[in-house]
Amino acid sequence: MRRYSAFAIARESARYHTGWERAWRSPEPKKEYEVVIVGAGGHGLATAFYLGKNYGITNVAIIEKGWLGGGNTGRNTTIIRSNYLQDPSAALYEKARSLYETMSQDLNFNVMFSPRGVIMLAQTEHEIRGYQRTAHANALQGVETEWIGPKKVKELCPIIELKGPRFPVLGGLWQPRGGTARHDAVAWGYARACSDMGMDIIQKCEVTGVKQSDGQVTGIESTKGSFGCKKLGIVVAGHSSDLANMAGFRLPMESVALQALVSEPIKPIMDVVIMANTVHGYLSQSDKGEMVIGGGTDAFNNYTQRGSFHHIEETVRALSETFPMISRLKMLRQWGGIVDVTGDRSPIIGKTPLGGCFINCGWGTGGFKAIPGSGWAFAETLAKGEPGELAAPFGMERFIEGRFIDESVAAGVAH
Amino acid sequence: MLLLTCPNCGIAAEETELSAGGEAHLQRYGAGSSDDDFETYMFMRKNAKGVHFERWRHVNGCGKWFHAARCTMTLEVFGTYSAQTSEPPEDLIKHIKTKRPGWEGFVK
Repeated sequence: MRRYSAFAIARESARYHTGWERAWRSPEPKKEYEVVIVGAGGHGLATAFYLGKNYGITNVAIIEKGWLGGGNTGRNTTIIRSNYLQDPSAALYEKARSLYETMSQDLNFNVMFSPRGVIMLAQTEHEIRGYQRTAHANALQGVETEWIGPKKVKELCPIIELKGPRFPVLGGLWQPRGGTARHDAVAWGYARACSDMGMDIIQKCEVTGVKQSDGQVTGIESTKGSFGCKKLGIVVAGHSSDLANMAGFRLPMESVALQALVSEPIKPIMDVVIMANTVHGYLSQSDKGEMVIGGGTDAFNNYTQRGSFHHIEETVRALSETFPMISRLKMLRQWGGIVDVTGDRSPIIGKTPLGGCFINCGWGTGGFKAIPGSGWAFAETLAKGEPGELAAPFGMERFIEGRFIDESVAAGVAH
Repeated sequence: MLLLTCPNCGIAAEETELSAGGEAHLQRYGAGSSDDDFETYMFMRKNAKGVHFERWRHVNGCGKWFHAARCTMTLEVFGTYSAQTSEPPEDLIKHIKTKRPGWEGFVK
């Protein structure tokens, strides 16, 4: 792999940019791999990357039904934060956030991580109490957050209307180290690094069956033939139940559509991320100038990657109350993704009833922020055959044990 | 927008009139049941990719619960039926089988 650098740009500019190579290979699949990871989104690619980097396992295939990073990795609102209430979540999301800080250097790929700060608005008395509690919990967890009053909110985001008719801004939970990153670049950066380590990324290859004998996984069937593997990692977000079905088990999960939209690009008007959970909306401005807006999920099971339009309407209606100046913007694009929501709104990382088969799913409406931490923890689980410290609380067995990691307050809507 | 005909009042209701109630025909377990049974009842879901039986409530209408059969891949609605049943009616299953020949049928 040729490194990207200022020198490389200078070199290529002197020869009409003829020397750039493809960022990753598209090889023919081999018959046998040590580890097969299903799903080349952020989480799957990050898992493969840390398998190679932390454990030296590079005989890995990453299988993707569509194109790399074309699922929820390319459909989210790119928010990164770690201000969660429960200790296991804070540890995992904070690990992820800290890995984002050095990701561009680690991958030699500019992921445009922008720690511009995230405010979660409190617009009801209950939210004030909830976020103050989270701020205290974060202080104990070593996650830097702060409860701020309306005046500070206005200082950080001058376009906000504090005295909205329905939902006045009463304060907020401020995480100055949160922010955004370029979502596609995260997938591309990991893919390039994985390919460089000799891993095979196989796109347009749909898994059709999981091969097993004596309760142990032996490989997969796919639209590009069958491959053998010693270990299988399922990292397919909204389609996890489908893969689990092939492998012969059920998951405590439902798949629903979550939508987002962007406005036409405008000049810079805000340099923080704002999440308003009472009104189901979140807002930030991309580097291109578009206002990036996310809303709530549909309530019914759905695999179509498109949601109900009235949700978009509700989100925009609520946000235009809190940010009156966006009310005349035109919508540029709107899209949906299929998110995998578990009973306690926390992910599942760990073993499955099938030997050698591991799963990483249930990130629901907020997986993007967790990509590096999720990959780090799941790679450890795959390499050692047992979850490590970060992943251990997130095993599927927590549902039978009644040991939930309840993040429905932090993550019920905006995540 | 999803349109479902409420079998209780006969109105073709838009999604915004309705409230989704999750997977239908769950086997319920009470006090004294095993941990496994409780887990299945409370958390495990078919999350079917394709034909899905589900509960809805006509919340901004007659207020009554009913069942619907819907495809989660296409959002096609196969039909709605009474909530006072433990499995989908025969004729609805037949209708779905003509539309989805490969469908495995209703599984409890």
